[in-house]
Formats: sequence, C-alpha cells, structure tokens
Amino acid sequence: MDSLYNLTLHEVADLLARREVSSLELTRHTLERLRAVEDKVRAFITITDELALQQAQEADARIDAGEGGPLTGIPSAIKDVICTRGVRTTCGSRMLENFVPPYDATVIERLTKAGLVIVGKTNMDEFAMGSSTENSAFFPTHNPWDLERVPGGSSGGSAAAVAAGQAFYALGSDTGGSIRQPAALCGIVGLKPTYGRVSRYGLVAFASSLDQIGPMTRDVRDCALVLSAIAGYDPSDATSAPMDVPDYSQALLPDLAGPGGRRLRVGVPREYFVEGMDDGVRKAIETAVRQLEDMGAEVDWEVTLPSTPYALAVYYIIAPSEASANLARYDGVKYGFSYQEGKSMWENMEKTRQLGFGDEVKRRIMLGTYALSAGYYDAYYLKAQKVRTLIRREFDAAFEKYDVLVTPVSPTPAFKLGEKVADPLAMYLSDVCTIPVNIAGLPGISIPCGFADDLPVGLQILGKPFDEATVLRVAYAYEQATDWHKRRPPL
Amino acid sequence: MPISSQEVQHIAKLARVGLSEEDVAKFQQQLSSILDYFETLRRLDTEGIPPTSHTLALTNVTRDDAPRPPFHKEAVFANAPQREGDHFRVKAVLE
Repeated sequence: MDSLYNLTLHEVADLLARREVSSLELTRHTLERLRAVEDKVRAFITITDELALQQAQEADARIDAGEGGPLTGIPSAIKDVICTRGVRTTCGSRMLENFVPPYDATVIERLTKAGLVIVGKTNMDEFAMGSSTENSAFFPTHNPWDLERVPGGSSGGSAAAVAAGQAFYALGSDTGGSIRQPAALCGIVGLKPTYGRVSRYGLVAFASSLDQIGPMTRDVRDCALVLSAIAGYDPSDATSAPMDVPDYSQALLPDLAGPGGRRLRVGVPREYFVEGMDDGVRKAIETAVRQLEDMGAEVDWEVTLPSTPYALAVYYIIAPSEASANLARYDGVKYGFSYQEGKSMWENMEKTRQLGFGDEVKRRIMLGTYALSAGYYDAYYLKAQKVRTLIRREFDAAFEKYDVLVTPVSPTPAFKLGEKVADPLAMYLSDVCTIPVNIAGLPGISIPCGFADDLPVGLQILGKPFDEATVLRVAYAYEQATDWHKRRPPL
Repeated sequence: MPISSQEVQHIAKLARVGLSEEDVAKFQQQLSSILDYFETLRRLDTEGIPPTSHTLALTNVTRDDAPRPPFHKEAVFANAPQREGDHFRVKAVLE
C-alpha cells in the first residue's frame, strides 16, 4: 500500500480491475496522503472525505458487477470553478465563499456516470484570473517541487494536487493558459481542448469565448482517458461543438508518424522564444524538439507567426470585456456574498462587489467595462476582435504546412511566492506562450520535458481544431521515449 | 494615454463596483499602464478584416420550445441572502 499515490490513473485502474485493491482502500489511502502533505501544499479549498468514501463504495459495487470503466473509483480533484451539486463551489472568491450549487456541471455528470470519486475542490486564482494562484481570496497554494514557489495558475490547486499525489487526476479550466502553465510549473500533463470540445455548462464563466475545461494528469494516457470521458456535444451549452468524440486512447502510439504514415511535420514558431526567457527553459525545449527530430519528425525551426506579440493585448481586452459581463451577476441578490448595511439597493450592490471581489478581479472588470464603453468600443474591443481574426488566420496557414506546432509553455520555471504580485503587467507576461492558443480556439497540451534549476519545464504541443488525437499522439510518443513523467517531487 | 480619476470613478459606477479613494488612485495608475500597452495594437493594419467573436462556425443554435422541469424552488432559494416568502428581498429600487 506504500506509495500507491505515486502511480498513474491507468496503473491504478488496472489494480482496481484485478481487484488487487478496492476503490474504498484506494480512496482512504489517497485521503491519508492528501492530509499528510496538505499543510505544506494547500491545494484544497474543500476536502470532501465523506462524499469520496461514499462514491468509492458505489464504485466498488459497480466494479464487482463488472460495470467498471477506466475511471471508475479513482480519486480526483476538481477545480473550484466547476459546479458540484451540494458541494461548496467558491471560485477562490469571498463572493462565493458559501455558495453551494444546486446542479452539477455537465463534466461532473459525465464523470459521475463513469464512476467519479471526488476528494476535494481545488484552490485557484479568484474567478480564474491569475497565473500563480496567489489571487485566491483564501490562501496561496505551494508548488510541491519547491514549497516557496508558486504552482502557477489559475488551476494551481489542481496541478499541485496531482503532482503531490493527492489525487490521480484533476480537472482544471483554461482561458489564457490556466491549465497548461500550472501543469508545466508542476511537472504534470495538462490539456486545453479545442474551444467547444468540452461543455462549459456548470463552468463558472470568466470569458465565454475563451474558457475550456480540461484534464490535468500524471501522464498522456491518463489525459486521453479523462478527455474521452468529458468531451462531446452538450445541448445545455450552445457553444459546444456538435461533433463526434474519437476514442483518444486509440491515438496513443509510440512512434511519431504523421497522418497517413508519412513523416510528422513539426513547426517551431520563433516568436515564442521571448526575450528574457530563462536559459534553462530554452535549453530544455530545444533538447525536446531535437528529440522529436531524432524520432523521425521533420522539424522547421524557423516558423514565424508575426501576430504573436499582439496576442497578449488582444487577450487583455477580450477576456476582461467578457468577464465584465459574466461577473455582473454577482450583485448579492440571489446568491453569494451580500452586503446589507447600505442605505439603498445600489449602495448595497456596490459595496457587495467592493468587498466580495479581490483586486485583480476588480481590475479586470474595470478594464473590460472601459473597453466596451461608449467611445472606446471601436478602439479597443472591436480592434482586438479584428486582430483575433489575424491571429487565427496565421495559425490556419501554419497548419497547412505543419501537423503540430511546438513551443515553450512558460518563459520561466516556477517563480517565488510574492515575486510578481506587485506588478500586474509582469504577471500577465507569464502567459505569452499560452494565450494565443485560446484566442485561436486551438487544442494545446503541456507535457513535462525537463528541468531548469531543479524545477519542472513544460513543452507545449498545439494542433488543428479538433485534432486532439494528433496532439496526444505526439505527446505520447515523446513521453514514452523519455522519463520526465516518472519523476516525483521530494515531498 | 493615461486615464483620469473621474474616468475611473465613472467606470466603477458603470460596473457597480464601490471604490475607496485609495482604490481610485491605485487603479488609475495600474489601468493607465495596461491601457498604454494596448496602444501596440494600433500598429496592425486591420482594414477590411472581419472581427472574430467566436472561434467555432456556429450560428443560431436553437432547441425546440418544449417545457422541461424547472429547478426545485427550495434549491433556487437555498443560497438566498435575504428571502421573504418566495421572493428575494432587496432594498427599494425606486423611491
């Protein structure tokens, strides 16, 4: 029973299937591990012991009846931005500190059918706005590889929980990099699906044209298993794609051939190797790409996507604009924090939002309100949407020539807690490599590819819309030829 | 192109977010530097380029106008800050 928590989801699924361990035993073991390191990691806002044990018992009954699947009975952690019926969902904010959703997100319904066991709801930057989890209204999460450093954000709790063995997989959400960047900083796998691949019903909205839920796992096979379970058309989400979901596990082959068996064409866009990028990160990425070459890929190191430097500005106009609309609902009337001492309804509402929201959230609401307001809409929001078209067209043209694009995920490894909080713009720059992918709506994965100063480095693989299969295939082949995914933090 | 403190207060009013005087000053400075950064977009020629609001080519997604069971009333009120009967109570909207 020693270090079951170090195994992958699929390894543990095998043990469950062979009845070498029960889900109840596994869940107890996971909860013990969770609590043993939680003082140091602080990945969880809510720990759901009782629920987990009850779900584990149900899972065991299903497995005994021969009705188990690849995810049945395996403890998971869910980012606290995803609605779980009857379980407090805070979005890392005082505004929703005591909010209990009356419904499950569609992804939760799907995982429940697959035999979900939830050990807890994970910490995050408030309303998913941030890149370090330091914007959580409650407390920061610590990187399991170095407890004085951030786990990344906004899905920092989910990333840390998986890295620390507190859950076998987690769900995160990604609007500008919030799955991929913490996955990279914590040395795990994180996938942002194509926009529309996974239902957003029950995902508390930040930016409706950018948000996606995705898996955060120890390895690529686990990622494929979770993605297959959560992906697919949902009539409750008008933006979900009415397209079939392939069995992503079938895409995992240990060789690197491109579609049709020809050589895989890999493009490396120069603009992602930004000025000020950490040398150790650069070296790790370059080594990883040379590994792909050694494995038979045709690599073009000189791809250029000239609109890349503009993506950050586009994102920081579009995302806050959409957020200003999505967060208008937090007014203290039907749910959430509600200030009652004012002299008028408006005063109550204004104070509710002043006290219920943290600084970063207020900053973005105001940016968005400004960008959409009369006199500024054309110069900011409309302009940003036009540049968004340019960015997407550039990617489309690139994917005529390449099967995948490969880039760094983060210009630096995990930074120290407190290092970037004083300068919002400096924090925003952590997302330069991830943001364009959300703007264009493409799928992107971060996989471990090495270390810089003993801190994990992630490699980003981007694919065509709805081509998660190729992204996963390339990720899997690289992973199996290396052993980064087998490393565990010294915790 | 710095933003004035009156503009900050105006935006805060539109967004219904209360701000202290310190907040106004702080946000004025932070928003100004972020807005300065946005000026880089002016360098791009977007003449004749259509805006993208959405990366999926979906339009007019509809469903049948068929009634479905609503949320249970108690579930809807479970998180109510101020409930009176079957109403959410707020201070007077109009005097």
